[in-house]
Amino acid sequence: MFLSIKSLAKSFGDNQVLKDIDVNIEKGKVLSIIGPSGSGKTTLLRCLNSLEEPDKGIFTFNDGLTLDFEKKISKQEILKLRQKSGMVFQSYNLFPHKTAFENVTEGPLIVQKRKKAEVKELAEELLEKVGLKDKMNLYPHQLSGGQQQRVGIARALAMEPELMLFDEPTSALDPELIGEVLTVIKGLARDNWTMVIVTHELQFAGEVSDEVLFMDGGYIVEQGSPQQVLKSPKEARTQQFLQRILNPA
Amino acid sequence: MIFTISANTGGWELFVNSLLPMITGAIQYTIPLTLITFVLGILLALLIAMMRISNSKVLHVPAVVYVSAIRGTPLLVQLFIIFYGLPTIGLTIDPFPSAIIAFTLNVGAYASEIIRAAILSIPKGQWEAAQTIGMSRSTALRRIILPQAVRVSVPPLSNSFISLVKDTSLASLILVAELFRKAQEIAARTYDFLLLYVEAAIIYWVICFILSLVQTIIEKRLDRYVAK
Ligand SMILES: Nc1ncnc2c1ncn2[C@@H]1O[C@H](COP(=O)(O)OP(=O)(O)OP(=O)(O)O)[C@@H](O)[C@H]1O
Ligand SMILES: [Mg+2]
Repeated sequence: MFLSIKSLAKSFGDNQVLKDIDVNIEKGKVLSIIGPSGSGKTTLLRCLNSLEEPDKGIFTFNDGLTLDFEKKISKQEILKLRQKSGMVFQSYNLFPHKTAFENVTEGPLIVQKRKKAEVKELAEELLEKVGLKDKMNLYPHQLSGGQQQRVGIARALAMEPELMLFDEPTSALDPELIGEVLTVIKGLARDNWTMVIVTHELQFAGEVSDEVLFMDGGYIVEQGSPQQVLKSPKEARTQQFLQRILNPA
Repeated sequence: MIFTISANTGGWELFVNSLLPMITGAIQYTIPLTLITFVLGILLALLIAMMRISNSKVLHVPAVVYVSAIRGTPLLVQLFIIFYGLPTIGLTIDPFPSAIIAFTLNVGAYASEIIRAAILSIPKGQWEAAQTIGMSRSTALRRIILPQAVRVSVPPLSNSFISLVKDTSLASLILVAELFRKAQEIAARTYDFLLLYVEAAIIYWVICFILSLVQTIIEKRLDRYVAK
């Protein structure tokens, strides 16, 4: 196991968005999260990357790092938590004043202070992996949405995180551009990256995941193999959700 | 002075003869005053903007008070306090440095608001993306946010720059021999107020027109790289 999460809770004001979430993230496995809008999927992902601080919950990592959010968490611990994962955003959030190449090298060069030659090699390799080596000197505004998102993936990979987080990586894309991004993510799954993916692409979730988790109203309603959750869900709420997605009225 | 300008010099001749002293005033004082105060003012503005977005009260409060005081009082009054007021407490400053101080304080206050607004206009996702690759707040500000904020602030800052060119005419009232002071001196001798002040206006106009062309070019080149 890579990370075990126990009794995670998070509120915004009176709005309790995550209620007592338990999840295990297995090393080298892909966990997909599905669920209706507002169910807390993004919030869960952001807690994993400390973009949000949970009110409560215990994170235990395989290397012994343990964070109990009911206690005071030091800046040092937040930093450690953040270093463990890379985040890919729904809206890419590339740095518009930097080229694709510079977007990828920024973290390793400036934050990790690695050697220039080494980082250059790493960035070229990653941009090749996402199929954009020939576009590496272009600025984000010169790239399509699908290309921008692939740069976003390369930028996150460049920090060499142990866990990759994706928040609806294709939902801002035109339909014809979704495939190229999903292909890159499938490639990462084949390379045994540990990943958590929030997605509305059920077919993709079925193909790429080792485990699927259905969230509703801040709870995990159902979790299991893709076969089980997507094809023969036990819970009525999961069935309704899948019905609505598969046969939009 | 090369030309002699007196009360009986005629219209067109007066116009032509006055050009040189006025342009000299512009080159010696108006333009240096504008450039020096703009550069110093922007540096001050950056500092003030940083103080204003800081979480520390000790930095935040003085910055707010400073901006409020400068924006809430007339520039002319500030100039008079520095040049005519301070000597009363034994602090005498020459006209040109007095003007530099007053205009810098002014640009610093107004431009800090522009820069602060530009920083706040950069989408939250940029801060978050910087955070997720491990940047501290100050690194994110320096490497990711400020470069974009600078681009956002170019149009309003170039407007401030053009206003500054015109505002420097107020320095004539603390005896800086800039463009408008030259016009006033010649007019005092020739009594041709209309001609000379219109002439001064035209020279300001030409300077500002050239600057606005430069502004358009800079904006075209910069506005491409800002997150939407
Ligand atoms: N920063 C915030 N401040 C206040 N409320 C928030 C904030 N972020 C999220 N929320 C609220 O938390 C709830 C869950 O939001 P979240 O973004 O996690 O849902 P989601 O499952 O990702 O939905 P979607 O499928 O629409 O992306 C929503 O009611 C949302 O309004
Ligand atoms: Mg979401």
